[in-house]
Amino acid sequence: MKALVLIRPKAGILDPQGQAVERALPALGFEGVRDVRVGRLVELEVDEPDRLPEMCETLLTNPLIEDYEIR
Amino acid sequence: MSLPSLPDQAARAVELGLTAGEYARIFERLGREPNDVELAMFSLMWSEHCGYKHSRKLLRALPTEGSRVVLGPGENAGAVDVGGGRAVAFKVESHNHPSAVEPFQGAATGVGGILRDVFAVGARPIAVLDSLRFGEPTSERSRYLFDGAVAGIGHYGNSIGVPTVGGEVYFEAPYEANCLINAMCVGLATQERLIRSAAAGPGNVLVLLGASTGRDGIGGASVLASAELGEADQAKRPSVQIGDPFAESELLECCLDLLERDLLVALQDLGAAGLTSGASEMAEKGGVGVDLDVARVPLREPGMAPWEIMISESQERMLGVVAPDQLDAVLAVCERWQVRATAIGGVTDSDRLRVLDDGAVVADLPVPTLVDCPLYDLEPAAPTAPLYPAPARTLDDDDPGAALVALLGSPNLASRCPVFEQYDPIVQSRTVRRPAQADAAVLVLDPAAGDGPAIAVAIDGNGRRVACAPREGAAEAVYECAANLAATGAEPLGLTNCLNFGNPEKPHVAWQLEQAVGGLADACRALGVPVVGGNVSLYNESPDGPIYPSPIVGMVGELAQASRAGRLDFHRAGDAIALVGAFRPSLAGSELAKLRGAPLAPIPAPDPAAIRAAHAAVRDAVRHGRVRGAHDVAEGGLAVALAESALAGGLGADVDLPALGDRDTTLFGEALGAAFLVSGDEAELAQIPGAMVIGRVGGEGLRIAVGGDLVVDRGLEELGAAHGDGVARLFS
Amino acid sequence: MRFGVVRFPGSCDERDALLAADRVGEADFLWHADPDLHGVDAVIVPGGFSYGDYLRVGAIARFAPVMASVLAFARDGGPVLGICNGFQVLCEAGLLPGALLPNTSLRFVCRQVEVEVVNPDTAFTRACARGDRLSIPVKHTTGRFYSPGPLDERQVVLRYAPGQNPNGSQDDIAGVSNAAGNVLGLMPHPEHAVDPLTGSADGLKLFESVAIEPAVPA
Repeated sequence: MKALVLIRPKAGILDPQGQAVERALPALGFEGVRDVRVGRLVELEVDEPDRLPEMCETLLTNPLIEDYEIR
Repeated sequence: MSLPSLPDQAARAVELGLTAGEYARIFERLGREPNDVELAMFSLMWSEHCGYKHSRKLLRALPTEGSRVVLGPGENAGAVDVGGGRAVAFKVESHNHPSAVEPFQGAATGVGGILRDVFAVGARPIAVLDSLRFGEPTSERSRYLFDGAVAGIGHYGNSIGVPTVGGEVYFEAPYEANCLINAMCVGLATQERLIRSAAAGPGNVLVLLGASTGRDGIGGASVLASAELGEADQAKRPSVQIGDPFAESELLECCLDLLERDLLVALQDLGAAGLTSGASEMAEKGGVGVDLDVARVPLREPGMAPWEIMISESQERMLGVVAPDQLDAVLAVCERWQVRATAIGGVTDSDRLRVLDDGAVVADLPVPTLVDCPLYDLEPAAPTAPLYPAPARTLDDDDPGAALVALLGSPNLASRCPVFEQYDPIVQSRTVRRPAQADAAVLVLDPAAGDGPAIAVAIDGNGRRVACAPREGAAEAVYECAANLAATGAEPLGLTNCLNFGNPEKPHVAWQLEQAVGGLADACRALGVPVVGGNVSLYNESPDGPIYPSPIVGMVGELAQASRAGRLDFHRAGDAIALVGAFRPSLAGSELAKLRGAPLAPIPAPDPAAIRAAHAAVRDAVRHGRVRGAHDVAEGGLAVALAESALAGGLGADVDLPALGDRDTTLFGEALGAAFLVSGDEAELAQIPGAMVIGRVGGEGLRIAVGGDLVVDRGLEELGAAHGDGVARLFS
Repeated sequence: MRFGVVRFPGSCDERDALLAADRVGEADFLWHADPDLHGVDAVIVPGGFSYGDYLRVGAIARFAPVMASVLAFARDGGPVLGICNGFQVLCEAGLLPGALLPNTSLRFVCRQVEVEVVNPDTAFTRACARGDRLSIPVKHTTGRFYSPGPLDERQVVLRYAPGQNPNGSQDDIAGVSNAAGNVLGLMPHPEHAVDPLTGSADGLKLFESVAIEPAVPA
């Protein structure tokens, strides 16, 4: 089964990458962009999708600073 | 990507960058048409970048011999003897065209490539330096390239644990369309572990080490480096190589481990033209042949054709030659370092390079034909009209104090701290002089032993001054590099150079090239410094014209005692300041002339005898602890050199300069490599041959008089603000 | 005093840590794939780019075979020093509180900074006095210390001197310890401050500290 894990910095943590992107877009002519957060994506094929949350919490993310979403 | 589909091989050859005449020669020497795979191989091997067609004859003028030379030009890197059974290997290489397309990866893989050249000879890389050229930073594109290149160099060097200890960056309009990224690497080896790349021993196995092979850089050498950059460069983007410093770090440790265990017969880096150049050059040097089966090459992408596999420039790969009974041991070492190792062929006693695809021959070429590309004579002709427009005028104020502030804040002279803070100059614990502490980086050879033998390393070149007068300017680059070493107390052992020029088929560029090589040869002979290797990058040109002719010089020197290495800062209030060297400054080609928008004018010829004497005097004084500070007088002249030493030490100075021409010439005139400022006890300074005391360290400002008339009186705070901001504000 | 310096694929400053530790005692490498700590008295997890910083800094290194033994060693009170990437690995491993985030500037920064000793009562700061200023270089891209919850004051061991915070770390925190004080993680590189020839020698104190017995048993 194909799975997609989206990893985002936890709300409340300063995200300078997101800020840098948010600053750069208007300079290129894109207005009206807010709340940019930059994260990571892990794509995988798994035999046991039930174990995905455990995988996320053990290795794929650092729960202290990141949230994840499995699709 | 597929090979261009054209009706015949001759047309295809031209599409791939060969001339009709070159194709005819291939046809004649093979006695038949080359097939597609063979043609692709020729298009790379006979490209300017790989073949040095327009420069090889000229490079024969450079002196390459010396008692300390252990490996000369022609190997992956040159090397000099530094005593104690040790050798220092070093080389500089360009990665200009890929960096103009993608600066981060272009610069990063430039560093990766030069690192491999150094550990390919069995030396552990211990330092990286870089020399960069961009257009004026008023151009957003040039700021983008600058930012990307610095980040890329930092990323690769820092990640692999090799310190970036020095470098230089200049901003000039003629580099706008063609930036320069020259990367130099220095490595340390025991002399008995140095290994050559000549393949030997028919029956020996060819082993491919490192990363899998993909489509990176396909067409890179021929497509990018042998042609002027034009409109369609975005389409060339997929050709740019992507670097992985982690993979290279494992590959590096693995190779050094294999060499330590004596498991390799030969080793070669895979750079431009990948397996084709790697295999053919190894075969040619050894006078043997090579069979190579592309079906055995581990691939990153499915469905790669044999020609793609043969010319791929995927990074972090090496080619080794291994005796059959040592193969298992080699594979075990590679396993420990998690480095992929695959037997892909073998050495034969023919003189042919045969490419097989799962046993079927798909290319069969005589090695000498592939490697011996045609060499061309240049047809130089001095230009009859100025080649470059005068720089844009940015300084109107005539006041010398204002000029000094403007110079210190100008992109070419301002503090490079925002650049080198992105580099790690200290990993490996050898760095005795970090960037901006002295005129050259100083590295102690054995950090465990404490104070002891050390090397000094510097990289230099001023394209604008070479454009003013190519022969004199190129000689000056050598003198300036040697002066940087002298100021730390080091004696030059060897030189590497990268010749970055425009299109050599144009007579005025050919003239620049010929003159510059002549100047390099003059200076190397005058100083007794051999050239141990180098690189050429031509066709750095756009519809607007060529870059400034830019011979970049890298030098390694030795000093016996690391703790005695010179520093450039004013150290103590009350110290005397002296000028050493027969200094005959001129405003021609100077930074002040640039700010004033003056057209380029010929620079005076350097005086080799006077320069040798000055270098010896300063080197000696530094080695014997007679000075507390030593700094060469370079771009910006005396006033800027004084300001740099004052700002570095946080101490002002009060000096009275003898008139060396008119006021501006005295203050800001240049003659690179010819003069030094030294500071320390007046009694000690007076003993230095040719030293003239000009003033004293102290106070919170820089006060400069010429012939008794005070002409500059500025606070350190004002000077520091301009100096600190000039480059810093270019980083977003 | 025998130090073990862990060596991961991609470690950069392991040789430097070895050289520094060698000035104070004996030092050997501990190979990442070998769970045997070979009876060392103290463990150093060095700086660098272990596993290429893939996925997340320190995320993969923390699962190396040697790390299970380092965790057990630490839980038994053994002194463990995590420098830069080592600090990141120890946070990922749960031996230290908090996490390291990208520098606010988003750039790599290498600079000599002054750090202040806030807690001299840990395995690696015993040779220092409270308030001591140490001149030590930092060099990192991901050094911004962050703790979601409040930290025990005693676990804040080193702070960047005022105005010298190079990465935006909360409360200018440069180094933290575990509750027992036998594990220290710091972003600055003390192994690059052990010889006046190459810089300052202030960092040597951290290595010398390990040989000092605590005044009161932990």
